Amino acid sequence: MRKATLLIIFVLLAVISFFISVGVGAVKIGPVDIARSILYEKDTVNYQIIWNVRLPRTIVAALVGICLALSGAILQGIMRNPLAGPNIIGVSSGGGFFAYIILIIFPQYYYLVPIGAFLGALFATLFIYSLAWKQGALPTRLVLAGVAVSSLFSAGTNTLMAFFPDRVQGVLGFMVGGLSAITWQDFRMILPYAILGIILILFLPNKLNILMLGDEVATGLGIKVEKTRFIFIIISSLLAGAAVSVVGLLGFVGLIVPHIVRLFIGSDYRYLFPGAIFFGASLVMICDTLARTLFAPAEIPVGIIMSALGAPFFLYLLRKKEAM
Amino acid sequence: MAIETKNLQVKYGDKLILKNVNFKVDRGEIVTIIGPNGSGKSTLIKALSRFIKAYSGKIYLNGRDIYTIPTKEIAREMAILPQVKHVSADITVENLVSYGRYPHLKFGKRLDKNHKEIITWAIEKTGLSKLKNRYIGTLSGGERQRAWIAMALAQKPNILILDEPTTYLDISYQLEVLELVKELNESLKITVIMVLHDLNQAARYSDKIYVLKSGESCQYGRPDRILEKKLLKDVFRIDAHIYEDKVNNCPYFIPHKII
Repeated sequence: MRKATLLIIFVLLAVISFFISVGVGAVKIGPVDIARSILYEKDTVNYQIIWNVRLPRTIVAALVGICLALSGAILQGIMRNPLAGPNIIGVSSGGGFFAYIILIIFPQYYYLVPIGAFLGALFATLFIYSLAWKQGALPTRLVLAGVAVSSLFSAGTNTLMAFFPDRVQGVLGFMVGGLSAITWQDFRMILPYAILGIILILFLPNKLNILMLGDEVATGLGIKVEKTRFIFIIISSLLAGAAVSVVGLLGFVGLIVPHIVRLFIGSDYRYLFPGAIFFGASLVMICDTLARTLFAPAEIPVGIIMSALGAPFFLYLLRKKEAM
Repeated sequence: MAIETKNLQVKYGDKLILKNVNFKVDRGEIVTIIGPNGSGKSTLIKALSRFIKAYSGKIYLNGRDIYTIPTKEIAREMAILPQVKHVSADITVENLVSYGRYPHLKFGKRLDKNHKEIITWAIEKTGLSKLKNRYIGTLSGGERQRAWIAMALAQKPNILILDEPTTYLDISYQLEVLELVKELNESLKITVIMVLHDLNQAARYSDKIYVLKSGESCQYGRPDRILEKKLLKDVFRIDAHIYEDKVNNCPYFIPHKII
């Protein structure tokens, strides 16, 4: 029952984060007014602010958090490696490289960046997977191939930057990850993958729990290990790729959120998945709120806030839990 | 015939590990596979458990070619405890045992009362009732191995395959695990196939012993026929004296020197 209680706390945290994220800004709006504007009041200034500016950004922040957190939770499970995250399957490096190609070489097609990043992420994942394949793709080989391919893409990215130093300024935002200028368009881009992720938690936690027991045990229990692992990697890449294409390189969320949730709720994916969904959403909503209000009217990229706050908080939790 | 292999060959990369193995296990038997390091014991177990594919030859489960049976159906008939297994320290015993029900679960379905009764039964059968809410990370080696066996039992298998179930355990835990296996074999008529390193334990707990030497079957039979001076010399390169254990009614040996 303790796990159910923790889940409820995570849900409440997400609700509170939502109201803070929508309510705080140059104009402060209370929770009651937010609810009223969303539900029925259509002709006020608040309505304009909420619907056109704050709400798309908050919802996209939440969805990005969900996608990255689920992606990381899956990868840490199938690789049985606590350091696995979307970065390890090349999502960040692949997505980043393709986005840079567009931003630096064909800046006139800047609107193709989300698609490019998404395809790049998927391509990198498949590339890593095929490199790691030898009568099956073992987790250790996947991790090693991931590191190698990531540095290859980074080399490509750095080469681009070296050849076009004058255009680097424009891509900095993508690199650190940010949610400024998010519109309902971005929402429509990421929504299908977030829905996919949520369907996933309904049906697949048992499979992932069993995959965690090791390939041989999982085979013995009737799981087709290679096929299942491949499906999980693709889902994971789709989720993280969708997030990266909308906000840039925010992979840190995918590493840290599943860990934090695991420290509280344990490794059972029936609880870890929903926990990661609500905590991932909360974390990105709150960090984005800080990113746009801390130094208002100037805005700093949410990725910086995430790392500056997330890393120490994470280390604190880790030490505290170990001491217990 | 519970399990049978015909001219089984298994390769790791280019290397032929099992050369021509014909292995038969009758229903209700305890069969232990022994052999020196590198003789292919674990490879045979992995092939039987469909974890590595045969290069050539056939493996039959209850007379059916194992590669034609859906993997979940196999899992309802045969449970496997490999040497290498992982479990998060923060999973409870009951939780781990419940995974044994996976092959019986329909897609997207949850564990109902019937499943839960079987889980409780498996926990009782392995003497873990008091520990069922404990985290795996807090258990001793012997208790942990029993929890894994309980998971296998929850599969309700007719065949249980164990790859070195006593490795890394103290002698009392080793006996505890083997006694449990014997008890399961006697009370539930589960066919047991296992790999053991300790030949005296193999002699004591098996109906038959299967001896592998460099990937080929070399002897197969009752313990008193296997535990002989000549075989120990040929296969394990030791000079040994054979005695009889009158308490447990089985042969045992004491090694003297390496040949």
